[in-house]
Amino acid sequence: MSVNDVIMDAMIENNVGFVTTVPCKQLAGVIEKIEQSDKMIHVPSNREDEGMGLCAGAFMGGRRPAIIMQNTAIGVTINSLATLIQYYRIPLPMLISYRGEIGEPVACQVEMAVHTKALLDQLCIPTYHFHKEEDADELPAILNHAYMARKPVAVLMDASFWKGY
Amino acid sequence: MIRSDVLKTLIPLISDELVVTNIGLPSQEMHLLDDQPTNFYMLGTMGLASSIGLGLAMAQPKKVIAIDGDGSVLMNLGTLPTIANNQVPNFILLIIDNGSYGSTGDQTTYAGMRTSLAEVARACGCDHVVECAAEDTAAAVEAALGAEQTTVIVSKCESGNIKVPVIELDPVMIKERFMASVAD
Repeated sequence: MSVNDVIMDAMIENNVGFVTTVPCKQLAGVIEKIEQSDKMIHVPSNREDEGMGLCAGAFMGGRRPAIIMQNTAIGVTINSLATLIQYYRIPLPMLISYRGEIGEPVACQVEMAVHTKALLDQLCIPTYHFHKEEDADELPAILNHAYMARKPVAVLMDASFWKGY
Repeated sequence: MIRSDVLKTLIPLISDELVVTNIGLPSQEMHLLDDQPTNFYMLGTMGLASSIGLGLAMAQPKKVIAIDGDGSVLMNLGTLPTIANNQVPNFILLIIDNGSYGSTGDQTTYAGMRTSLAEVARACGCDHVVECAAEDTAAAVEAALGAEQTTVIVSKCESGNIKVPVIELDPVMIKERFMASVAD
């Protein structure tokens, strides 16, 4: 099974009903599957902080939300994470393409990669790093953990996990 | 009319509806004028009232009114294409456009200068955009509540604020009682 199918199955198993996405090349396959699925509402957002607002509203409307984004977005979502998602205790799995790790062809991506874990750590956001394909087997439990704890949870999926670009 | 005058005219219409109110004075004024469990007060996160409202409207069938400000919409201008491309029958975005950043000392916004948020909303693809004078806002909201379509209302009012206390409610309590109203 492809990692895209593993990710989709984990979301379906956890009754994820609302997904907002900002694309990344690595995420193209899973975003396409989300768009085609009739089990979840898909709303592409223009910026990830906007996406977090959409997710907060969807959660209060009774749907389990998730956001799919690139790690560069950590920079534009810190205020939303602190003052909306964490302050109001809204569960939010963040499935993040972890650009700038080994295998990255674009040097600028490394600049945010070196800050990604430090920023998530500073925000006390539980963070899981998927490096090998089988790491995704833990995703159903991670999603369940986010909804149980009513917290944002980050899953960083690097280039090795995606097997290149 | 200033924003608080406009809000007063809306209360008979929206008291029992799901309302998401923008950070700062709009939330504080709604809390002072008509605190309801059906009000979701934003205590931070400037710019996201319309996004929270749209997500809520898409997730469930009850009508949702997001009360936003011109400065906050300018901060999250990407919200307008998202609203335009995900039109649902139960969402109303009410932009109280006083042309200023009311909560921070009434500095002029670009909406108070050359930029028309109603025209921006139309250009983004929103099909039902109403720009009205402050005193006509209640009628516009009443019409939008009666229609099964996404409506963006830009209410042009004067800049100015009344003295209001900060909201001391705990954010989790605001959320929990709001969610109970949504599910009721």
